Amino acid sequence: MIRVQLPAHLRTLGRVEGEVQLHVGDTATQRTVLDALEASYPMLRGTIRDQLTMRRRPFVRFFACQQDLSHEAPDNPLPDEVARGTEPFLVVGAMAGG
Amino acid sequence: MSGVRVLVGTRKGAFVLTADGKRKDWNVSGPHFAGWEIYHVKASPAEPNRLFASQTSGWFGQLIQRSDDGGKTWEPVGNKFAYDGIAGTHQWYDGTPHPWEFARVWHLEPSPTDPDTVWAGVEDAALFRSKDGGQTWHELSALREHKTGAGWQPGAGGLCLHTILLDPRDSERMFIAISAAGAFRSDDGGQSWRAVNRGLKSEGIPDPDAEVGHCVHRIAMHPSRPDVLFMQKHWDVMRSDDAGESWREVSGNLPTDFGFPIDVHAHEPETIYVVPIKSDSEHFPPDGKLRVYRSRTGGDQWEALTNGLPQQNCYVNVLRDAMAVDSLDSCGVYFGTTGGQVYASADSGDSWAPIVRDLPAVLSVEVQTLP
Repeated sequence: MIRVQLPAHLRTLGRVEGEVQLHVGDTATQRTVLDALEASYPMLRGTIRDQLTMRRRPFVRFFACQQDLSHEAPDNPLPDEVARGTEPFLVVGAMAGG
Repeated sequence: MSGVRVLVGTRKGAFVLTADGKRKDWNVSGPHFAGWEIYHVKASPAEPNRLFASQTSGWFGQLIQRSDDGGKTWEPVGNKFAYDGIAGTHQWYDGTPHPWEFARVWHLEPSPTDPDTVWAGVEDAALFRSKDGGQTWHELSALREHKTGAGWQPGAGGLCLHTILLDPRDSERMFIAISAAGAFRSDDGGQSWRAVNRGLKSEGIPDPDAEVGHCVHRIAMHPSRPDVLFMQKHWDVMRSDDAGESWREVSGNLPTDFGFPIDVHAHEPETIYVVPIKSDSEHFPPDGKLRVYRSRTGGDQWEALTNGLPQQNCYVNVLRDAMAVDSLDSCGVYFGTTGGQVYASADSGDSWAPIVRDLPAVLSVEVQTLP
């Protein structure tokens, strides 16, 4: 079970409270986690990744285990703690602008 | 008893303002989509309880929301806006080619006859259409592929398609306007387009006959006379009597002819409204006085409407999509400001009162007349 924390605007949009829990395949990566998230919450499509390029939106960041994973390749495995569900995968709206 | 529903898009959410036909006592609902920029909210004339909203954010991109109960509840619908084919480039501010990039939806124009059909004007400038209530969107790419498209350059607010006018007499004819490319007309439902900017004169464009490059801020039409168009250009208020084939200036005695919105009285096709703004470098009313100007002669002769509007220390702006009229017997006129006020007049502009004073900056105002 993968735990995902969403920023407030996306929790409102997805009508979720607290963390989202997702099942992904054998390998937890940014791509498999976000694919599973968007499959369960289709209203989030396009809000984290561009729907055409599938690239992270510029003002969205990914964190886990005290690390900034935003620039990791989307198919790199996420940390074991995320894969085991002991640490959440954080989707964060970058602190920029007003 | 008849009533009105005013749909307000702001920098931080949408608001729905309702009143009965007297338009004195208002109910305010919102913010809907709190914290998001709502560029436009507009209702389907064919199904008045169906509303579409453009919800956007620098962080999380574009969403389209739809309500089927007059704004009480909303559901996100499709938000995939993919340019058709290889999008190519337009001209950037520095004159270099720049890839066409989708940024946001500026304007939604529901079909007058089909509740499932709605057009979307987007930045970077293109026209999209949905035929399934907003679930999927497809570009009418002939506009972007116009022979002048590669030379279009953004205005200060972006290369935005902000105006969509549908000819109520001819479903194949429509007008659109782009900042800073100009006005375009299609006579075949969007399959082909031609620039309709003859007569526009723009400071900074050395060619007096330039086909495109004009910073059109807004176009308005009265449904009874769809060949007569009124335009608020960056500078200059303009009029066309031949469906955009030619334009003439009707700024007349306006204190300044810079501004953003323009609209037409619901029952008097020669009565039009603008809000003069001091200049392109000072986006507020001249002399700190918020004045709507009305012409009952289709332009040239204008009168200031001030009753109920602040006449000192007022430095707000009124954006291009932030004025609307209702169609009650005594025509109501509405506009919203960047200071968060939404003003209403129930007597064609003779007197005004704020419906709300302290909303976030208002981006758009539309109004529905309800049975």
